[in-house]
Amino acid sequence: MRVMAQMSMVMNLDKCIGCHTCSVTCKQAWTNRDGTEYMWFNNVETRPGQGYPRGYEDQEKWKGGWELDKRGKLRQKGGGRLKKLLTLFANPLLPGIDDYYEPWTYEYDNLLNAPAQQNIPTAPPKSQISGKPIDIQWSGNWDDDLGGTYANKDKDPMIRGIEEKVQLEFDQTFMFYLPRICEHCMNPTCVAACPSGAIYKRSEDGVVLVDQDDCRGWRMCVSGCPYKKVYFNHKTGKAEKCTFCYPRLELGEPTICAETCVGRLRYIGLVLYDADRVTDAASTPDEKDLYEAQKDLILDPYDPEVMAAAEKGGISYDWILAAQNSPIYKLIKEYEVALPLHPEYRTLPMVWYIPPLSPVVDSVADSGFDAEDADNLFAAIDTLRIPVEYLANLFTAGDVPTVERVLYRMAAMRSYMRDVDLGREPKEGIANAVAMTGQTMRDMYRLLAIAKYDERY
Amino acid sequence: MNAQDASRDRPRGGKIDDSLIDALIGSRRLVTPSGRMTEDNRELHKQGGRTADSFYRERWSHDKVVRSTHGVNCTGSCSWRVFVKDGVITWEAQATDYPSVGTDMPEYEPRGCPRGASFSWYTYSPTRVRYPYVRAELMQLFREAKDTVPGRDPVLAWQSIVDDPEKALRFKSQRGKGGLVRASWDEAVELIAAAHVHTIKEYGPDRIAGFSPIPAMSQGSFASGSRFHQLIGAPMLSFYDWYADMPLASPQVMGDQTDVPESGDWWNSSYLIMWGSNVPQTRTPDAHYMIEARYHGQKVISVAPDYAESVKFADQWLAPHPGTDAALAIGMGHTILREFFVERTTPYFDNYVKHYTDLPFLVALDRREDGSLVPGKFVVAADDDIDAGSVRNSADADFKPMMFDTVTEVPVVPNGTVGHRYNDEGLGAWNLELGDIEPALTMLGRHEDVVEILVPRFDTTGVEGRGDAVRGVPVRRYGDRLITTVYDLMLAQYNVGRDGLPGQWASGYDDAEALCTPAWQETVTGVPAGTAAKIGREFAQNALDSGGRSMIIMGSGTNHWFHSDTIYRTFLTLTMLCGTQGVNGGGWAHYVGQEKVRPLTGFTHLAMALDWSRPPRQATQTPYWYIHSGQWRYDQFGTDTFAATTGTGRFAGTSIADTIALSQRLGWQPFYPQFDINSLDVAGRAAAAGQETVPYLVDALKQGEINFAAEDPDAPNNYPRIWSVWRANTLGSSAKGEQYFFRHVIGTEDALDVEETPEEFRPRDVRWREESPTGKIDLMLTLDFRMTTHTLHSDVILPASTWYEKHDLSTTDMHPYVNSFSPAIENPWEARTDWQAWETIAKKFSELAVEHLGTRTDVVAHPMQHDSRGELANPHGRVRDWKAGECEAVPGRTMPNFMEVERDYTAIHEKFTSAGPLLETLGMTTKGLTFDVTEHVERLRGLNGTARSGVGAGQPLLRTDRQAAEFILALSGTTNGKMATEGFKTLEERTGTQLHDLSAEAEGRTIEFSDTQASPQPVITSPEWSGSESGGRRYSPFTINVERMKPWHTLTGRQHFYLDHDWMLETGEAMPVFRPPLSMTALFGEVGIGETTHDGASPGISVRFLTPHSKWSIHTTYVETSPMTNLSRGGQTIWMSVEDAEAVGIADNDWIEAVNRNGVVAARAIVSHRMPQGTAFMYHAPERIIGVPLTERDGKRGGIHNSLTRLMLKPSHLIGGYAQLSYGFNYIGPSGTQRDEVTVIRRRTVPVEY
Repeated sequence: MRVMAQMSMVMNLDKCIGCHTCSVTCKQAWTNRDGTEYMWFNNVETRPGQGYPRGYEDQEKWKGGWELDKRGKLRQKGGGRLKKLLTLFANPLLPGIDDYYEPWTYEYDNLLNAPAQQNIPTAPPKSQISGKPIDIQWSGNWDDDLGGTYANKDKDPMIRGIEEKVQLEFDQTFMFYLPRICEHCMNPTCVAACPSGAIYKRSEDGVVLVDQDDCRGWRMCVSGCPYKKVYFNHKTGKAEKCTFCYPRLELGEPTICAETCVGRLRYIGLVLYDADRVTDAASTPDEKDLYEAQKDLILDPYDPEVMAAAEKGGISYDWILAAQNSPIYKLIKEYEVALPLHPEYRTLPMVWYIPPLSPVVDSVADSGFDAEDADNLFAAIDTLRIPVEYLANLFTAGDVPTVERVLYRMAAMRSYMRDVDLGREPKEGIANAVAMTGQTMRDMYRLLAIAKYDERY
Repeated sequence: MNAQDASRDRPRGGKIDDSLIDALIGSRRLVTPSGRMTEDNRELHKQGGRTADSFYRERWSHDKVVRSTHGVNCTGSCSWRVFVKDGVITWEAQATDYPSVGTDMPEYEPRGCPRGASFSWYTYSPTRVRYPYVRAELMQLFREAKDTVPGRDPVLAWQSIVDDPEKALRFKSQRGKGGLVRASWDEAVELIAAAHVHTIKEYGPDRIAGFSPIPAMSQGSFASGSRFHQLIGAPMLSFYDWYADMPLASPQVMGDQTDVPESGDWWNSSYLIMWGSNVPQTRTPDAHYMIEARYHGQKVISVAPDYAESVKFADQWLAPHPGTDAALAIGMGHTILREFFVERTTPYFDNYVKHYTDLPFLVALDRREDGSLVPGKFVVAADDDIDAGSVRNSADADFKPMMFDTVTEVPVVPNGTVGHRYNDEGLGAWNLELGDIEPALTMLGRHEDVVEILVPRFDTTGVEGRGDAVRGVPVRRYGDRLITTVYDLMLAQYNVGRDGLPGQWASGYDDAEALCTPAWQETVTGVPAGTAAKIGREFAQNALDSGGRSMIIMGSGTNHWFHSDTIYRTFLTLTMLCGTQGVNGGGWAHYVGQEKVRPLTGFTHLAMALDWSRPPRQATQTPYWYIHSGQWRYDQFGTDTFAATTGTGRFAGTSIADTIALSQRLGWQPFYPQFDINSLDVAGRAAAAGQETVPYLVDALKQGEINFAAEDPDAPNNYPRIWSVWRANTLGSSAKGEQYFFRHVIGTEDALDVEETPEEFRPRDVRWREESPTGKIDLMLTLDFRMTTHTLHSDVILPASTWYEKHDLSTTDMHPYVNSFSPAIENPWEARTDWQAWETIAKKFSELAVEHLGTRTDVVAHPMQHDSRGELANPHGRVRDWKAGECEAVPGRTMPNFMEVERDYTAIHEKFTSAGPLLETLGMTTKGLTFDVTEHVERLRGLNGTARSGVGAGQPLLRTDRQAAEFILALSGTTNGKMATEGFKTLEERTGTQLHDLSAEAEGRTIEFSDTQASPQPVITSPEWSGSESGGRRYSPFTINVERMKPWHTLTGRQHFYLDHDWMLETGEAMPVFRPPLSMTALFGEVGIGETTHDGASPGISVRFLTPHSKWSIHTTYVETSPMTNLSRGGQTIWMSVEDAEAVGIADNDWIEAVNRNGVVAARAIVSHRMPQGTAFMYHAPERIIGVPLTERDGKRGGIHNSLTRLMLKPSHLIGGYAQLSYGFNYIGPSGTQRDEVTVIRRRTVPVEY
């Protein structure tokens, strides 16, 4: 056992309002410079939708992440390292600017300095890259709130294979938001792909960084990252990516995206994991088992053996305490409501998500049941407005029961707590039905609902 | 962790490549000696820490952090940290240090949104107004004129320009067409001051109008210009009603402008309906309370015509057809009345409606000429036929409505009516205690007869759907009159039958033919009958289970309709029947537009300059522009279009303009200008005639020697002449009928395609001039930091400070804190704060006034005011017109009050910069309660220092924005605990109930500006508001009314289901009723919704045109910032359904044009399956300043959302002089609605040109 510490994040998608405050505060702080205009270290996607860059989840096209070869050994999907080394000077498989979007600004001077003219002045759009007039065709968040999604429904890779479950009709409409930052993976492809050794995973907290001095602009990291969260700065010729706000982290402050998250849905915390078992976990044969395998890598911070190994490995007592109090540990391991994004990429991502729960009662009510009856709540998950299969494609490599288990717990919490709120005797049976106790249900409720600043970070 | 230690670990795990590759990859150990490869060469670890990657660490570093907020157009009032590096503002992030709301609920942090997060973009943006600008033609004319007039007198110079039609046309016709030139502050201010002096001298101060909206979020900035206007006697234009945000139902039902719970109180609710309110998108900072409350089992319902963001969080989605929400609410109300009032009674609801609503009050039926009966007037103590005993001759007996006491079996007057509020007899009796009275809710069982009455309906095929239905009510007889209760009438209106009553009644919930049933509502709304009944039942049952904790957040989706007051009354019916109002976690929650100026008393007196002169001039903006922008000249119908068949026909032959003129001369509503002569000349004329001013004026008005200006608005001496706007963008945002403004107010080109009113619909009383004036305004002045449509059209533009460059205060409904603005940097370029700018103008104005104005006596026509004795002007709300000889002309009763105000125009600057003496001599009055503030003014002297000379010598100084903020904080109960407690003690004398303990915990607490800079400051419970925050409670309105038995400010003192004013009866709106959206096809001949048309370049489809609030801007603000444009589609867009788009060959992102009689919009289509067929959204106020092409139809710049709308006035909104239906600024008055409009959308066929 080799214990390492990993700073990680959980986002509760059930609380996300899709406001993009995270994107804007991140951008204002980090990427409003020349060459970074199109970059969003943090972005928010409306799902169903194509995401940013468009269709990034289609790894048959982009070849990001890892795969198992015929012998069951882990290798980069974009080709073995030999291929990478031999084709160092060829263009890697990269999204073009149209796949992101061509950032633009406006001829604002037309307003203030307009000479006398026939019409009210306006400021036409122009490209921030070329400075030339632009016909806006795509943006960093073009399909927000399902704009144009109907026409582009075949372009969301997550719908493929479940077309009959996903009806994009007015009365069947569903949507939710997926905020994304770099996953700071336990098994990052970008690091493995970098020929210059410029991308590295910080030993002390697992944050994945690009060394701006060492980067030579090969862009292998851009190709390798299946989440497309490494970007190429076309002015400096260097790769840039989310830094987990390490200059803030080092001062004990949460990331900008987390602290400014108006939905209060982001949790940050430390987990301890066994670095020796990373490759084995990432090599789990059945991709539906990857979630459990990764969860299993995360060590119990109260386990005396783990604590001893951690101290031996140079992890300070304060950090062990932090891991013990980590909301991430609770959400992933204790309540088991957080799931990784695309475990099938085998990068062992460390930004996890609680899937969205809504609307439940709607479905039950239409079938004539009493909406607040706990038994019916569980039956209703099958008829959620958001198809469970769609969520499973995002979070469990298609494994539906795991997603359902999470949604059951969330629904049960609401049902259990309603009695508490109305001053009635809460029903322990509701908690037991989802393999929890009333007390753990209250604890989970406190973390998800009350969620004070110090409890979130 | 120590990397070197880690790297000494023995190798474990397998390799992932063959040995050759491993060797090659492993060589990276040599390249990066500081790092550590994993043993399988899969991963590189490196020691981080302070030595690595200085690039991002340097980027993060900053020099200081300043607390500020965002000042207008937004209800957020969030506290922000502004980061400054090397003297430059870099970015901002939300403050997280809100004082805790307690251990068991979520905190307010980190309130904010992406719009606010991008605000710093403006500081250095290319659209920033850096210097004063003047229209080139005007600058040239002014400079030339000064060279030719005696003494280079700027006033004479201005006069020589505007009095010369050719010269005036030369610069007015250039408005909005570029050609602005820089000017110095001195020169620009001289021109502005000269224009003001000339206009006052020539026409009167009421030909000047100032506009700045929603003061709560920037109280000092609002007050700056407002104070200047009030000191010179110029009206401030209202905003809340103008924006269509004011829910008229609030004054009608609750006698209150708007009082709602803070967002934290959503947490306390266990059943929450978001009704036409897209909480995540438009209440972003607080949406989390709704989301988190779901986790303790709160049930959430979203009512929205589209799959709005709020629907994502809802347990159930109801999608009624746009504008039909009242029918849904009536279907729910029908269910609740039947199941919780008729079939059984519950102690909680029964007790609530008897104590806190007008349901038990008595109403007499009116017999019409054809013999049929209709609901009539409240029975009051003064009525001849009621044996009211001693109260009959008591003070204000005309205003003491009665209920039936089941103990004594007679009608009685309970405590707490408006008749107890303004006389000595009512001291200690203005409360809701019923004492020994046990009121009868119904006459059934104690009735002497049952009779059939007619109730109005508006769902038929008649004009505007009007018709009526026959219902039975139980009655008792008093003299000739038949008397029943409001409850019995409500059951009749809601079609809830009971055994033994005649008339037509619904046979059951599934009776779709019968009005008000769940099945009927399905035919109107499309919402399944069972769903409507179920949601209504659940709302009520939850209220019973939780003690009233059922809540409705009602938003602009239901409030921006022409008949929104009736829609809201159907919602409020649900909240009142279920005992949810005045309960934490229950009741109504409306957050559209106006927000709480929590330190209300200080703000009002500062902004309205009530420290120097009273009364102020305040205008209702909707009728103001309806008249002055000439929109009244294009109506195609008469006032009686809006009447009910149950009415008396009293509107026949009149136009809406006539009703406005009537409302002015009856003293219901203000209108400016007042008279067809200069209001400064009235006193002089009276003196010349040897008479007192007011009697002279009344006589002259009766004789027609002086006339009200509204009766001839197109006469040149009745135009508005100066229009000043700050913190606003009327032409780019709120101007409903923007193209009419272009034609008549500004005098530039327009895109109208309209017919004037045909002769048969022209006004009866208001003069119709054949020549319709254009370009009425002489001077358009704007203070702004952005280039907006309004700025682009202005004649003079002054560069304003941004919200990170000044001191100010911000409060809101949404949270209970006082937040502050502070400058993060010095004012860049030549920007000045609003306070400094108006102070500069006041100084120059005072100088020029010495020669031209001196001291004058002004006569202010002041309408009867709510929360004053003025609301007792009209017993029974009967309408009598002195001009038609129906009554005597009596100022303050049948016509406005006329008040003489002395204006020393040479001392405006001295008054502007010091607090006047009236605070101490007259006290400060809010909502009818007068505070003695002598002690607090003395404290302000210490805080601000005192003026040393001039008329304000010895008075507290107001030279700076910060001093203005201290004034507000020191002189408001919410921010001065002692003042709150003293106010409660004063109020206790009237109510006779205990109140002062509510603020006792804070009696020693005063909030100063520096406190608000340190952290958000929670406010103190104060009689200025109706909720208690005592002991750390969340604010919920009317908890003081419910818990301390303090009356609402209404006729009965209770919440009203029933309104008996003549005009409410005439419009069929005495009770909540469904009125459909206006038919633009019937009224104006527009193409019917869903129809396609082929009269343009490509096929068009007619759709309902809705303008909800945007995700990527707040009104026009933020829309042009880089983050907002690049996260959206970067320009004007219209959302359409897949079906409508396909019908006319429109694809996503196609350029389209939206056209109707009012104008034309060029935009791009967003096609989405979340939109319902037949409805299009153009999110509110995206502005034409970025990326709006020339239109295909006209070849001119495309319009904005309001280029397709126009003003439509509802006559009942003009009612005044009767209890809660009495005038207050932004309290009552016609709202500028825009939701009933339709447009034809077609694909553009020619290339885009800018």
